[in-house]
Amino acid sequence: MNWLTDNKIPLGAWMENFVDWLVTAASGFFDLISITLETMIVTMVDAIDSIHPLAVIAIVLIGVWFLHRSIGLLIFITLSLLLIINMGYWVETIQTLVLVVSATAISVLIGVPIGIAAAHRPWLYTMLRPVLDLMQTIPTFVYLIPTLILFGLGYVPGLISTIIFAIAAPIRLTYLGVSKVPNELIEAGLAFGCTKSKLLYKVELPAAMPNIMAGVTQCIMLSLSMVVVAALVGADGLGKPVIRALNTVNISQGFEAGVAIVLVAIMLDRICKSPSSKNAG
Amino acid sequence: MSVVTIENVDIVFGDNKAKTLPLMDKGHTRDQIIGMTGDVVGVQNANIEVNEGEICVLMGLSGSGKSTLLRAVNGLNKIARGRCLVRDGDDMVDMAKCDDTTLRHMRTRRVSMVFQSFALMPWLTVLENVAFGLEMQGMPKAERLKKAHEQLKMVSLDKWADKKPDELSGGMRQRVGLARAFAMDTDVLLMDEPFSALDPLIRSQLQDELIELQQRLNKTIIFVSHDLDEALKIGSKIAIMESARIIQEDTPEQIVLNPATEYVEKFVAHTNPLNVLCGSSLMTPVAELAVQDDLLVINDDIKMKLENGKLVSVQGPRGDIPTARWTPETILANVPDNTVFIVPANLAMRDAVEIRYHSNHFMVLEEADQCIGILNDHNFYHALLGKHFGREEEAA
Repeated sequence: MNWLTDNKIPLGAWMENFVDWLVTAASGFFDLISITLETMIVTMVDAIDSIHPLAVIAIVLIGVWFLHRSIGLLIFITLSLLLIINMGYWVETIQTLVLVVSATAISVLIGVPIGIAAAHRPWLYTMLRPVLDLMQTIPTFVYLIPTLILFGLGYVPGLISTIIFAIAAPIRLTYLGVSKVPNELIEAGLAFGCTKSKLLYKVELPAAMPNIMAGVTQCIMLSLSMVVVAALVGADGLGKPVIRALNTVNISQGFEAGVAIVLVAIMLDRICKSPSSKNAG
Repeated sequence: MSVVTIENVDIVFGDNKAKTLPLMDKGHTRDQIIGMTGDVVGVQNANIEVNEGEICVLMGLSGSGKSTLLRAVNGLNKIARGRCLVRDGDDMVDMAKCDDTTLRHMRTRRVSMVFQSFALMPWLTVLENVAFGLEMQGMPKAERLKKAHEQLKMVSLDKWADKKPDELSGGMRQRVGLARAFAMDTDVLLMDEPFSALDPLIRSQLQDELIELQQRLNKTIIFVSHDLDEALKIGSKIAIMESARIIQEDTPEQIVLNPATEYVEKFVAHTNPLNVLCGSSLMTPVAELAVQDDLLVINDDIKMKLENGKLVSVQGPRGDIPTARWTPETILANVPDNTVFIVPANLAMRDAVEIRYHSNHFMVLEEADQCIGILNDHNFYHALLGKHFGREEEAA
């Protein structure tokens, strides 16, 4: 046994060397990403913050009305947002929303094409699967450390960690949706003269849309669940008060921030979910 | 002129075609070949010619290769060997060898398809579904929606244009499938068990609609079915398939009267003769009737007189029985009872039974102004009991 412990395989050291190498070799590249994303997010947060909160609520309500035409949902959203303002978490909520929406948008933009490619090439999915499993099961704190080194403190390491954690959902569900398109629909598409791209846009993607939308919803929820973790590396938002409350054992602050996160989660879920379930039904 | 010609077509699923094809030539069966190379023989040495305006039915049980062969005609299945020619204007295009552009041209302009489980896009409205193929033809939106609407009218579903397919019943959905295929204005229609998923009443109604549409539009149709009654009803030609081979190709009546193998015979034994047989295959020929005092004996009471092969009179126990000529326009209820009908030789058995039911008498079959035989109750019972079917009859 001594022999085993004495001859330690330097797994950790290898990883560290790799990250060090990345930092020296490609620091310019990572800085560029970091600055671009940080600027984007800060600009969006500032832009929304510069509008009067009630005006923002009105805009949200109009948008939701056109999507869902449900009075109940409007009342719920109004009350939730007013409660958040009342608790004093308006700016944090905007920061969190921007972070979540950005992470989801980037995940979907990258994940959906990967999912489509994997559905068309079985070998690609065989290769992807362990990677996706790894991304979802490795404790998020572990890759928080290298992202912190590569991208510095702020929104960006939080955003990147969130994407790593959440991107598996759109990839998996897009793969599932596209590979489960009934063979008859594919045959019908081909029999009526679809080209490869027409088949994708006119048959496969519409048929997979309920699944893809489910992937987007899941992605949003997974991103939201990373809010507190992202706060650890300096991403502003509703995660910050939770961490602060934890450090100071402040029950009331922790509870209020927690309620705000839950309200944001329910609102996002309701706004995203029903169009996809309508498609499915 | 033939519109679709299938020549020596083999279809093999699997990756060892180089090994499988020689094994097929050596006469190994499908099961042996699966064991030896892992390949599945879908179709073996198929030959069919389908002419303009014909409905050719590919008949067989599941796994017999009928759908596989059908899918070779629009290139959904790759042909391992042989040729599948489809007419394109004045040329014949080989679907097995043509390039992608030609294949697409053939699929959008020459061959369209109807599917067993409808294969309608659930996210499109009925109207958009019918316009789907037209979109692939590159037709502008307004024009294709207008045309799709006309097609929907043809299958009387124009009121359902804005519904989604899942709001329609099975029969309606398949009518949408038909409209989608007919909208393409292609010469060739492929139908893969289009009515199998429907309940019997709707099925027979759609069969009638198809026959009626075909009379108007005169397409060339290849129709796959596992139901011989359906094949006999709509087909002008039937090819029966068993384990990847075509074992008999003939007209419906010939299939019923002369099944080529025991397998076909089993199918035939369960069919309804009313839809298939015609007068000349049912009748007792004049030559087989007994003669007594220059009169042909129908039964103890009734005798019939011919002169130069033409019917002169029918003599009953109480004098002559009136005769009348039957045409498809004849309204039987308007003809007095107790009349002997003179009918054409190709009279359908269903009509013959109807005439017998009204007239109370046998009927006389005529072909080219010559009396060739008679149809009596005995002939009907003979057919209804299936004694006309199969090869027992030849033995008897």
